[in-house]
Amino acid sequence: MPLYHDDDQAMLAETASQFMAEEGAIAKQLRHWRDLQNKDGTKGCKDGFGHDLWKQMAEMGFTGLLVPEDDGGLGMGNVEAGIVLEEIGRNLTPSPFLTSSVMGATALAHGSDDLKGRWLPGLISGDSVFAVAIDEGPKHRPERVATRAEKSGNGFRLTGRKDFVVHGASADMIVVSARTSGADDDEDGVTLFAVPRDAAGLGHNSVRLVDSSMASHVTLDGVELDGDAVIGEVDGGRSVLNRVLDAGRVGAAAEGVGVARGSMDMTVDYLKQRKQFGKLIGEFQALQHRAAHLYSEVEIARAVTIKAQQLLDAGAENASLMASVAKAKVGKAAGLAVKEGVQMHGGIGMTDEYDIGLYMKRDRALAEFLGDVYYHADRVARLSGY
Amino acid sequence: MADLDAFRAETRAWLEANCPPEMRKPIEDEEDVYWGGRNARFKNDAQKAWFEACRDKGYTVPAWPKEYGGAGLSPAEAKVLREEMARINARPPLNSFGIWMLGPALLKFGTEGQKQRFLNEIARGEIRWCQGYSEPGSGSDLVSLQTFGEDKGDHWTVNGQKIWTSYADKADWIFCLVRTDKANKYQGITFMLFDMASKGVTTKPILLISGNSPFCETFFDDVDVPKSYGEDIPAQVGEVNRGWDVAKYLLGHEREMISATGGGDRATSLGAVASRNGALDPVLRAELALFDVDALAFTAMSEKFLDEVKVGRGHPAQPNMMKYAGTELNKTRHELLMAAGGSAALEWDSEESAGGKSARNWLRTKANSIEGGTSEVMLGVIAKRILELPGA
Repeated sequence: MPLYHDDDQAMLAETASQFMAEEGAIAKQLRHWRDLQNKDGTKGCKDGFGHDLWKQMAEMGFTGLLVPEDDGGLGMGNVEAGIVLEEIGRNLTPSPFLTSSVMGATALAHGSDDLKGRWLPGLISGDSVFAVAIDEGPKHRPERVATRAEKSGNGFRLTGRKDFVVHGASADMIVVSARTSGADDDEDGVTLFAVPRDAAGLGHNSVRLVDSSMASHVTLDGVELDGDAVIGEVDGGRSVLNRVLDAGRVGAAAEGVGVARGSMDMTVDYLKQRKQFGKLIGEFQALQHRAAHLYSEVEIARAVTIKAQQLLDAGAENASLMASVAKAKVGKAAGLAVKEGVQMHGGIGMTDEYDIGLYMKRDRALAEFLGDVYYHADRVARLSGY
Repeated sequence: MADLDAFRAETRAWLEANCPPEMRKPIEDEEDVYWGGRNARFKNDAQKAWFEACRDKGYTVPAWPKEYGGAGLSPAEAKVLREEMARINARPPLNSFGIWMLGPALLKFGTEGQKQRFLNEIARGEIRWCQGYSEPGSGSDLVSLQTFGEDKGDHWTVNGQKIWTSYADKADWIFCLVRTDKANKYQGITFMLFDMASKGVTTKPILLISGNSPFCETFFDDVDVPKSYGEDIPAQVGEVNRGWDVAKYLLGHEREMISATGGGDRATSLGAVASRNGALDPVLRAELALFDVDALAFTAMSEKFLDEVKVGRGHPAQPNMMKYAGTELNKTRHELLMAAGGSAALEWDSEESAGGKSARNWLRTKANSIEGGTSEVMLGVIAKRILELPGA
């Protein structure tokens, strides 16, 4: 399979690009929801994104993109999801696409028909939002699962705490990893659960993050669930969790590529407009070489992201390794893109009015989500045997 | 597809029958590959047998047309052959600047007479070529070159000096950029072909920091170059005074080639290699891990780049980005190999170090980002042609 988009994918890219530039634009979404004045005098939307846009994305078919056609979706793959995510990244569009349509849908693909029947229609119609609760602590350590799920009647009782649950308080269903047996660091003994919003004992401390997105510290205080809330096998949730992580990481990488390209394009445009010392600053070799190096890094990050998407869709043996390579490489390249972006914009880059700073904020949050450069470089080393 | 499968089966069987086991071992030094030429000697019988089998099959230059000594393979067939050769680690049967550089220039700009003679000689490994581009005062600013060919009617008299002429001391002929019009900077250069045995040509090897001498200084002292070598075989490629077009085409081609191989030994994780000698210092391990991320990502970039070249996609200046990124990556690779090797990697001529292989390779890679256009020149081209920044 060639490492570029085929005709259908190029068409989807054009559609997504147009849609997101119009409907998902920074002024229309990110700034609008961030700057919303609430009646109680506070500022900012409680969800951090617009439900109308989510419904519109459903009408475009985006929400059910990864859902098989038999289940009412479009039956597409991670390459296509990545196309949508790159445009989301480029426009900094706040939306629950990554946690719902990529990670939630990937988890539910391993769920029972009952679970699919309960949750997929809402996703496809844009009425439901999903979140994924994996992290326990400020850094991504999915190998360790301390949250407990004990047998209780026909079902389970969940106790523990989860962090960085993006869109957690807005979610109708949260995919939760919990331990049904063994010690915290064991590979086996993990089970995934679909926890509904109204489950008793489920608590949220919802916080606004640097990029204006909303995430929850979730408490599970003896949450009682039926046996049919289990996604996949009891004690055998690790393999499903890994698939959810791979899809989420490759998706986050694609969104990061969009953030990087958006930031880079904005910066290169600025170099062609801003004059100092009687010259366009883009004439200065010191800036030209840094911009050219940045271009090179972003191109490479995009190539390996598409490669990882293709490998994931093909079920290739090295897909998980390349998912980590993509997440790490994009972390490096997008980090460079936003830092150079702010620096090359000079003083104006420090102002809230100008969008370049928003790219830096989004990149920071995306870099942490599902593991940063250091986590994934370490994982690449471990998977490579050192 | 069925045809390609048949071709693959046929190729596999042919390689099995014709590639000697000795020719399936990793290349340790320069002499492990046959370079051809008037004074060439085979290192051993296996090398000779492998070269001759490929020559007779057209596999020294598989994608060239049959009438010029190639096998006339389609791009898809040539890829199958490359894959099948890689599968058994087959060495290239013949290396030469004729294959990589002069050949592509002749295929694009040469007359029929030039193609018939020179391409066949290259394909059969009969003539070893060297490249005369850089001069002491003309490195990155190549177009300022001063070597001058004075028009004497039926010949030019060439005077001047070239530098970084790869293997000039071993080459039979040179393809050389010579100024033929001093008044015209870009349209005053001619791409000339002549015999290194001509009166007035001398070469002097340059000892490099690696201790090796792959390059020479080449001096031209009243060298008479005939304007024609026979019917339809002019001494210059392209028009007189239009050699810069040929040179530019070849530079692009060279960057594409360097970029395609730039990642070096990309199949294996550098960290895995480096940790064979024992546990790594944690900070070095971290550097290696970050390098492996870059290297694996660049492998994907190379694949994407070649896929796009095949169908004419991608920015025409993209080879400059590939050359930049690939060569910088390779330099980092060898810095890390030296760090992982520790004092053992410092040994310069011991048997244990295979004659200082680590240290010499490390030093050699420093030229990667200089030869064929420096990293700084590449960044300038990216800024100007891809990012379209002003006044670059």
